[in-house]
Amino acid sequence: MTTKLFGERVQRREDARLITGQGRFLDDLGANALAAAFVRSPHAHARIRDVDVSAALDVEGLVAIYTWEDLPGLLAEPLPLLIPHPALTHGRTGHALARDIVRHVGEPVVMVVAADRYVAEDACSLIEVDYEILKPVVGVEEAAEAVNLVHADVPGNVGAHLVQEVPSPDGLSAREAIEAAPHTLAFRLDIERSASMPLEGKGVYARWDADDQSLRVYSSTQTSTSVRMAVAAKLGLPLPKVEVVAPDVGGGFGVKIVHPWPEEILVPWAARLLDREVKWTEDRREHFISSAHERAQVHHVRVGFDDDGRVLGLDVNILHDHGAYTPYGIIVPIITSTQLVGPYKIGAYRVEFSSIYTNTVQVTPYRGAGRPQGVFCMERTMDRIAAHLGLDRTEVRTANFIQPGEFPYDQGMTFQDGRPLIYDSGDYPESLRMLKELIGWDSFPAMKAEAAAEGRAIGIGVGCYVEGTGVGPYEGGHVQITSDGRVHVSTGLTSQGQGHETVFAQIAATELGVPIEKVSVVTGDTRRFGYAVGTFASRAAVMSGNAIALACRKVRDKALKVAADALEADPRDLEITDGVVHVAGTPSASIPLATVAVLSNPLRYAFDKETQRATQFAGAQDDDRPPVADGEEPGMEGKDYYSPIRSTFASGMHAAIVETDPLTAEIKILRYVVVHDCGKLINPMIVEGQIHGGVGQGVGGALYEKMVYDEHGQLLNASFMDFLMPYATEVPRIETAHLETPSPLNPLGVKGAGEAGVIPVSAVIAAAIEDAEGITIDRMPISPSDLYSLRAETRLRKIQ
Amino acid sequence: MKPPPFDYHRPAGLGEALQALAEAGSHGKVLAGGQSLIPLLNMRLAAPGHLVDINGLTELATISADASGVRVGALARHAAVERDGSARAVQPLLAQALALVAHPVIRNRGTVVGSLVHADPSAEMPAVLALLGGSVRLARLGGERDVHARDFFVGPLESACLPGEMAVSAFFPALPERSGTAFCEVARRHGDYAVAGVAAAVTLDEDFRIIAARVACVSVGPVPVVVDVTGVCGQRPPASVDWDEVARAVQDRIEPEGDIHATAGYRRHLTGVLVTRALRGAAQDAARSGANDAGEGRA
Amino acid sequence: MSERTGEHRHAITLTVNGVLREAAVPARRLLSDCLRHDLGLTGTHVGCEHGVCGACTVLLDGEPVRSCLTFAVTVDGHEITTVEGLAERGELSPVQRAFSECHGLQCGFCTPGFLCTVTAFLRDNRTPTDEEVLEAVSGNLCRCTGYQNIIKAVHRAAEIQAEESG
Repeated sequence: MTTKLFGERVQRREDARLITGQGRFLDDLGANALAAAFVRSPHAHARIRDVDVSAALDVEGLVAIYTWEDLPGLLAEPLPLLIPHPALTHGRTGHALARDIVRHVGEPVVMVVAADRYVAEDACSLIEVDYEILKPVVGVEEAAEAVNLVHADVPGNVGAHLVQEVPSPDGLSAREAIEAAPHTLAFRLDIERSASMPLEGKGVYARWDADDQSLRVYSSTQTSTSVRMAVAAKLGLPLPKVEVVAPDVGGGFGVKIVHPWPEEILVPWAARLLDREVKWTEDRREHFISSAHERAQVHHVRVGFDDDGRVLGLDVNILHDHGAYTPYGIIVPIITSTQLVGPYKIGAYRVEFSSIYTNTVQVTPYRGAGRPQGVFCMERTMDRIAAHLGLDRTEVRTANFIQPGEFPYDQGMTFQDGRPLIYDSGDYPESLRMLKELIGWDSFPAMKAEAAAEGRAIGIGVGCYVEGTGVGPYEGGHVQITSDGRVHVSTGLTSQGQGHETVFAQIAATELGVPIEKVSVVTGDTRRFGYAVGTFASRAAVMSGNAIALACRKVRDKALKVAADALEADPRDLEITDGVVHVAGTPSASIPLATVAVLSNPLRYAFDKETQRATQFAGAQDDDRPPVADGEEPGMEGKDYYSPIRSTFASGMHAAIVETDPLTAEIKILRYVVVHDCGKLINPMIVEGQIHGGVGQGVGGALYEKMVYDEHGQLLNASFMDFLMPYATEVPRIETAHLETPSPLNPLGVKGAGEAGVIPVSAVIAAAIEDAEGITIDRMPISPSDLYSLRAETRLRKIQ
Repeated sequence: MKPPPFDYHRPAGLGEALQALAEAGSHGKVLAGGQSLIPLLNMRLAAPGHLVDINGLTELATISADASGVRVGALARHAAVERDGSARAVQPLLAQALALVAHPVIRNRGTVVGSLVHADPSAEMPAVLALLGGSVRLARLGGERDVHARDFFVGPLESACLPGEMAVSAFFPALPERSGTAFCEVARRHGDYAVAGVAAAVTLDEDFRIIAARVACVSVGPVPVVVDVTGVCGQRPPASVDWDEVARAVQDRIEPEGDIHATAGYRRHLTGVLVTRALRGAAQDAARSGANDAGEGRA
Repeated sequence: MSERTGEHRHAITLTVNGVLREAAVPARRLLSDCLRHDLGLTGTHVGCEHGVCGACTVLLDGEPVRSCLTFAVTVDGHEITTVEGLAERGELSPVQRAFSECHGLQCGFCTPGFLCTVTAFLRDNRTPTDEEVLEAVSGNLCRCTGYQNIIKAVHRAAEIQAEESG
């Protein structure tokens, strides 16, 4: 092999266009498209009495106005419930345009199409909707009391209720184990709402080709293949007549896996109806109030443990705020419930959640997807146990770790992919050892005492997690070597900045023995690859990476066979180096892959000098064999799929040192350290980038970001002024180290890395603040004002 | 998020601008840097019928400093004032405060006078003007008037600038010798509007005892809250001042409210902390400037 | 935006990336939209339209400004540099190269704003300290990178700049 590309810090191939302004994001397309804008509900809960569009009709440049009444057939039906689950007994989804009732501020009511977005907004501002205001349901605990209902036909506002129970090895239930334990603790933990908040909002651009009766849709989505199926179904078009392309996408972080968004079916529908190109580019306010949020949950924890801090029983009850609808099912609370146990052997475990409707924006996965909440529960529990027993916090964790020799380890639950929660590999003790060394855990008490002597308060915290990555059902890869020697790789899942073009090219170049410059990669374009699931759950490298590797291996085998014929050699003696097939040890006996590609496709018609070699009079042929042998296909291409039996489990541990200002209560992260295990690294530079970004978002979730609703269901901070995403000045330097325990489940030995960075941050920062302040931290995020209030409450309690 | 339509005026001179504003009356608005106005337009929270764009009136982009103070024209950008050496020398508080105004890129475009007219009680520049007892010059067709800071800030986002009037300049007085200033604030993120902030000015006598001390507090009332604490400081050297008592005196005068970023109680507490920090900083600054003056005198 | 909407249009002339460009725009057309949709320079991105994210930052007469908080008509007659104009004679600028080399971008949506901001910053401050670098990029949001490699890239760009001018 020319160069070993797998595992190297290969520079990104995406960058050239992105640093020169040549990227193509959704709103960069369709220069002549009409613009869509929406009248959205200003009320959290209301009945639509009347929509009066008359004042808008005079707006010059107006093309069309649509309400629910205008929608034909399936378009008028509720949006799909993407992931049904038996426990989701009362799943509800919205309509593309609101029908009768609106259930959150921002729900689309009227669609306007006009010459440009300015004019479309002018028309929107002139449309009058008469609402009968209904009582809003805000706050998950208020919603659970069910004084008012979000959906009249959902009693108690409960969409789903699920219990998973894992008895202890000796057959005790969690509650029995807790009763029998030498020590028990019970407490409540809260996490507030945040959101994915990619810098590019959503967007859809559709072109109807009336001559061809076909539709092309561009969407800033994490799943173009599924959008395609949804659009074809909703519009009643034959699937082959619909193409969906995810262009460059300016970040996703979960929110763009949800589909079809109302706009994703309305824009193509309008484009077809009007026979005009139509585009909708979501603006920031729309993204705040009409996409999706995540994280808000209330957890009640009971734990029983022994003198060494070993957990004997754990009982967690979760109230999950689902917002107004459940298009993505109950994936988030399922992930919290199952991933909560982390790297630990929990004696007996019971977890119960209720998924509750509120009149707020719907909740769907945001990077981490329920794991940050689960890890917050488990790690805060570990810290409480340590505090109760007077033990070092890392000792308690060590006492509970699954040991390296215990894999595969069955946690006894059903994971988010409907498959058993069995960890495939990991080395948690080594990970913790590395982390303690990096952060200087053992020398910290001295450092803390020194700081205290100067009147400074510092604290240290640690957090561990296990992350199921690479969930199925499958992804595919297609690889084609053309007669010019170029390698064309495609896969159906989409990219939002993860560097797939680079890492998939690394995999293909390594597998095929070609220079990476010869390899091009296309993702998220249904014209190139029609079967796919999407990019979420840290799955792209695992799923498409392995599928592409398998497809490459097929192509390689075929290439060697064709080359062996040409070189009159045994395929087993052949190697491919730098795009040339040669006999091992005899470099002169060789043939370029380009020529192999030519020979693989028997031609009647040559199109250049090189391809004359493959025509029917060109040379020796076996007259007893058809030009394309049985079981063979012409062309040097191959396709394969990777469908894992279950997820592969990455893991990691973070530690932080924070300083809290004794006067202003400002919180500063002095150090942040990550030990990360995602199996074999394809490109360490990119993996580190993913970790950095995750930690950055985690810092946002821990110290800055929350969605604040008032009692009327109005989102009070629907702007970047008041929803505080961290700037460079708020994110500390992040130190990283890698541990590689390869996954035995897939050919490349890789595990997912996309979400890891964000998962334990709230737990870690909470622990560090608690250590600095000596005040229990049981809800996140925390602001200086919150910390100030906590100090005051603590002082008051001490006086009392 | 696109602005609503408006009639656009691009006057060739101040007279034309005032003419346009006079005709537009309460529907008119001046566009200078636009860093506060355009977000409001984009969100359609404001819809003035007429915008009078003064960006072509370069004669208003003036910064002139003399011993009495600094006069800043309506088109002087934050960044220009921040960098202006003579303005910095005459009234150092300008640069101290400007460094805290949003982010450098916003300061490249935003104007000092625009920030004053916007009259956000969380913003730094109104507090600076209020602390220094400066004034804003309002011109209208056929006349102009100077409005003292204490009368200029009327309420949250409300100034004394009337329909048909345009703020053409602001005057930031210099301080007496042996004076010092400081601006301390706490923001949620670097560059955000302050949760609480305090501008302070201190003047010392020849024996380095405090003879004047004032603070202006942001984000704790409908307008910048100016408190003269000279009496509480009690003509003592800074080291002998009971700063807690000074902080309490200021805390008694502010009217903080809670919002999504901070409780009223935290703002009150924080203002107390920042009052002490800012006044001590200003006193140190004053002592330095006094020592320099003395040094120069000897030379 | 090719379609007439009946609104009064102002003829403006901008020098964009060294090229004289003309457009007829309504007064309310934001500079960001003018660049992207009237002039077809879609490299400048729009992330919030209220001046907080910095994705739309361009250079106006050499100084970085938010193009979403500027009306196109206001800057009639002025010079604009966008991300498309940072490479000179087809050669990537030190800032562009450093961002790629240091993996200072992921999705690339915020990147044009960072590149323009940093280009002006390093022109005025060729040997910045850590604090100055942090302050310089403190008004630009990135949701992907956690800023680690962006900071690294700014320092690296200063280094490249020094090497190449030295």
